[in-house]
Amino acid sequence: MRDRVVQATVRALQRAETTLPHWVLQRIQEAADRESRPLARQHLQFMLENVRIAGQTSLPLCQDTGLTIFHVKIGRDLSLDFCLSEAIAEGVRIATQKIPLRPNAVNPLTRKNSGDNTGPGMPDIILDYVDGRSLSITAFPKGAGSENMSLVGMLNPADDPFDFIVKTVAERAANACPPLFLGIGLGGSFDLAARLAKRALLNMPGNSQEELQLLERINSLGIGPMGLGGDTTALGIKIETAFCHTASLPVAINFQCWANRSATEIVQ
Amino acid sequence: MTKYHLHTPLSEVDVEKLAAGDVVFLSGLLFTARDKAHALIRREGSPVSLDGAALYHCGPLILDKKVLSAGPTTSGRMARYTDEILGLGVRAIIGKGGLPGEPFRDRAVYLAYPGGCGAAAAEQLRVSGVHLPELGMAESIWVFEAAEFGPMIVAVDSHGKDLYLEVRRSARIGEED
Repeated sequence: MRDRVVQATVRALQRAETTLPHWVLQRIQEAADRESRPLARQHLQFMLENVRIAGQTSLPLCQDTGLTIFHVKIGRDLSLDFCLSEAIAEGVRIATQKIPLRPNAVNPLTRKNSGDNTGPGMPDIILDYVDGRSLSITAFPKGAGSENMSLVGMLNPADDPFDFIVKTVAERAANACPPLFLGIGLGGSFDLAARLAKRALLNMPGNSQEELQLLERINSLGIGPMGLGGDTTALGIKIETAFCHTASLPVAINFQCWANRSATEIVQ
Repeated sequence: MTKYHLHTPLSEVDVEKLAAGDVVFLSGLLFTARDKAHALIRREGSPVSLDGAALYHCGPLILDKKVLSAGPTTSGRMARYTDEILGLGVRAIIGKGGLPGEPFRDRAVYLAYPGGCGAAAAEQLRVSGVHLPELGMAESIWVFEAAEFGPMIVAVDSHGKDLYLEVRRSARIGEED
C-alpha cells in the first residue's frame, strides 16, 4: 500500500505539471473565442499552444513547478500502517528527479534550498475523511507568482467584502498571470479564511449568483490576460464560507494563475 | 503595432524605434537574473558584461544543460534594482507583470513574455553557459542562446509609454478611496 501511495503521488504530480484539467482548458478556449482585443486573444491562444507543447513533450508547462500541495481524501474504513505524509514526501522527491521539477522549497530565513521540494511543512497535505475504503490524492502544485498576490483582510463588519475583493484583484492581478481563478474564503477566523480560500480553489468550479456577479465585476475592470488589457481578467471564482465572530469579517483571496494545475490519482 | 525581429546585443537604435504595443522576436544571447542574482550584482557587481544585453527575469527548469521549461517570473520583485541594472547597459528587460516605467525612459524597453508559457519558451532557448551556479537552478545567471524568442509585447517603451499603467488607469486602479 505504501508503495502504491508513493507511485500515485508521482503520477498525480506528473499529470498536474504537464497537462491542465479539461474544464480549465475549456474556459481558456471559450475566453479566447469571445475576446474582443486581438492582443488578449493572442495571449490566450499562446497559452493553449503552450499546454499542447507541454503535453507533447511531457515537460512542465510552467518552469515554476510550484510548492507541492496535496488534497488527500481518505476512506474512514481504511487503516494505514505507515506514515502517509512521509510516503507522499517520498513521491515528491522521486517526482522532482523523474519529471523533473525545479527545486523550489527553501528555508524561509536562510533561503537554503533543500534541493528536493520537501522540508519541514512541505509537502503541505490537506486531509479530508470520506466514506469507504479508498484513498484519493490530488496534486495541486502552486506557483509563487499567483500565491504571492494572495491576501487575508480582517474587515470591519460594516465593510463590503465584495468591494474589498474587487479592489484587491484590481491592484494585484497583473502580477499573478491572469486570467485568474480566485478562491475566496469568507468568514471564519484569520487562518480559517485562508484555508477556506485554498479549499475554494481545490473545490472549483463555482457558479452561484454571487460568484457570477463578482466574476462580471472583475472582468469589467479590463485588466486582461497578463495585465495588458482585455475582457478576460478571471476565468472562475469560488466562494467558501464559515460563520465568523459578530465583530469580525475575515476575507481571504487566494490567487491562482491561468495554469490551474491539478490531477487526482485514486489508490485502491 | 509593428512586428520586429531583433538580435542581441541591442543598440540604441533598436530601443529607440520600439513603441509600446509592438511585437518583438529576439535572437542571440539572453541573460537570466532574478532575486538572488540581482542582490549579488548590487553587492559585488555583475560577473558578466551586460552592455546592450537583454536581461530575462526567469528561473528556468534545466536538466543536463537542456532547457526544459523557462517562462518569465514576476518582474515586480526586482523593481528595486531596475535603475542600477539599466545603468549597467541593459537595453531590454524581459519578464511578466511589468516594472515602473520611469527608469526606462530614453534608455531601455520592457518586454512582456506570456507568463506560464515555460514549455513554449523552452523550445526557443538553448543553454550557452551559466554564471553563479552556486545560487542554484532558479537563481543562477543562465546564458541562453535564443532563436526567435517570442512573441513579446513592448509593454514599456523608452518614450514614456507604459501599457500596464494605461490598463490600470482605464480600470481606475488606485483612484478609489
